[in-house]
Amino acid sequence: MANLTLDDICVRFGGLQALTDVSFSLTEGEVVGLIGPNGAGKTTVFNVITGVYKASSGKVDYDGSTITGLRPYQVLSMGIARTFQNIRLFQNMTALENCMVAQHSRSKVGVIGAVLRSSAQRREEEVIAEKSQKALDFMGLGDKTDEVASNLPYGHQRRLEIARALASEPQTILLDEPAAGLNPAESVELMEYIGHITDLGINVLMVEHDMKVVMGICSRIVVLDHGVMIAEGLPGEIRKNPTVIEAYLGQ
Amino acid sequence: MTTQESKKLWMACGVGLIWFLILLWPLLGIQPEGLEFGKTFKVFGYIAVAAVFIMFFYQIKEAGHLDAVGDPIVSAKGRFQELYEKTPRWILLSIVLGFAIVFPLVTGRYAHDVSISVLIYICLGLGLNIVVGLAGLLDLGYIAFYGVGAYTYALMSLHFGMSFWLCLPIAGVTAAVAGSIVGYPTLRMRGDYLAIVTLGFGEIVRLIFNNWMGLTNGPNGILSIPRPDIFGFELNKLWMLYYVILVIAVITIIAVYRLNFSRIGRAWEAIREDETAAELMGVNTFLLKLLAYAMGATFAGFAGAFFAARMRFVGPESFTFLESAMVLAMVVLGGMGSIPGVILGVLALVALPELFREFELYRMLVFGGTMTLMMLIRPAGIWPASRVGRRSEEAD
Repeated sequence: MANLTLDDICVRFGGLQALTDVSFSLTEGEVVGLIGPNGAGKTTVFNVITGVYKASSGKVDYDGSTITGLRPYQVLSMGIARTFQNIRLFQNMTALENCMVAQHSRSKVGVIGAVLRSSAQRREEEVIAEKSQKALDFMGLGDKTDEVASNLPYGHQRRLEIARALASEPQTILLDEPAAGLNPAESVELMEYIGHITDLGINVLMVEHDMKVVMGICSRIVVLDHGVMIAEGLPGEIRKNPTVIEAYLGQ
Repeated sequence: MTTQESKKLWMACGVGLIWFLILLWPLLGIQPEGLEFGKTFKVFGYIAVAAVFIMFFYQIKEAGHLDAVGDPIVSAKGRFQELYEKTPRWILLSIVLGFAIVFPLVTGRYAHDVSISVLIYICLGLGLNIVVGLAGLLDLGYIAFYGVGAYTYALMSLHFGMSFWLCLPIAGVTAAVAGSIVGYPTLRMRGDYLAIVTLGFGEIVRLIFNNWMGLTNGPNGILSIPRPDIFGFELNKLWMLYYVILVIAVITIIAVYRLNFSRIGRAWEAIREDETAAELMGVNTFLLKLLAYAMGATFAGFAGAFFAARMRFVGPESFTFLESAMVLAMVVLGGMGSIPGVILGVLALVALPELFREFELYRMLVFGGTMTLMMLIRPAGIWPASRVGRRSEEAD
């Protein structure tokens, strides 16, 4: 379950080769870190997986079916949810509503049901609210239910993004720099939360610059530089890999 | 208040008055017979005196000399607010509804006429509110769907003798189809581009009404459209029609309210807040934006069918861009995304100008001035939605 495989992914933007033959996989229960210097193509990988960008060649498989070419909302309903590098919450909606939106693809009452407020619709709304509240509780935001997202402090907004992704009941979650802008204490907290997420059986693909976080929780690390995969391996190996050190520090 | 601040305020007031004079003189002073100054200064004098008086009043208030009068008013307002929040919703709503039901029994023909147009615009405003307020898509050709609804009823009843009650849902459906047709090619556009394209589509629809002689009878319009009837009894009095549109308006209010607080409404709001994030959180933005157009158009279609039945005439000049702009102004003035706000916006822009009929000449001047002032002091509208976001394109 929840096996994500990238197979020779290439992405070109006009003359710019953003990704060249990137292949790696994410299997059940894993936390894989995706690292690399700025502009290495890490977020591009996320955008290809979630269907925001089209791969120029290559394919992405998820649980045996190809998901390249699917629209982002279809990718989410397959069970892959993501967060964003720069927070993209629905700023003027409450924390709970943010999570409830993520349940959109898991519910189905349409316009007529909503206008007539049928009993099926009310039941469904209850379930949506309940699941969303659970996601908030899980990320320690249980008391922030009715707070408008833009009023939350930065650290909470980061957590709300993860809660929103979790509210879509994913099997795989892609975290784009979840520790960016967090202080050391908050980073440690975040690592605990990510640990809890894997306990739920959700596997995690994570872009992160904070090496403490990456080395601390990733079971495997993939290194990108200029759109090319330069290394893949266990944290200990990556730390000693000369190519990786060169990419980060220069010769 | 320090003298420094007070000086600054008077300076601002003075500059404002001079600016006003510069604007006023070309309007009043340039006559065919030559340049004139007397009238300009007379009007300017009145306004300057009024402005200075208001400034004085404001400064006295700021200095705290009016606290004896002001404090009871503020506390009364607080108590009123408390009372308002304590009273259950249904009591307030039934008071409003009761008033709306009794209204035509105690008023005359003229009031019926005005209140019918208020209710029509409430339907239009709430429909547009879905597109602009909830989904955050700026639509400048909205009135086209009103026209589609009106022509649908006019043609159906004349050619096929179909009754109003049968045509009402059909008008909603044709308007929704028109909404989807217009919406489809515009879905990939955001912001200013979207506004311009919808403006263009609105004009196209009006030009079709104007030029398709065989179907719409062109600029002459369609005459003698039958009135609605109930079991063969023709509703030939204005107050009867009032109740018809009241029912349509109430249904619209309930439907829009329920849509707003459903899975669909949440998805629309998510699109307004951040379209890309909404798509990535599982919202089929393509379908839901199309749905927003279609639903908005449906309510305009209902209103249009009623409009045709009430006027007993439809012509293309009822569906000009100015009408679209008016409905949009009602939504923005009242408060985007807020149902009571839109209703208040409609009242402000339809009913108030009727009350001030005597000032016919200055109506547009006052209208423009009020709009400017409102947007300066209450940019979120008269009764803002509990939370309303920027339209998505502004965030990008």
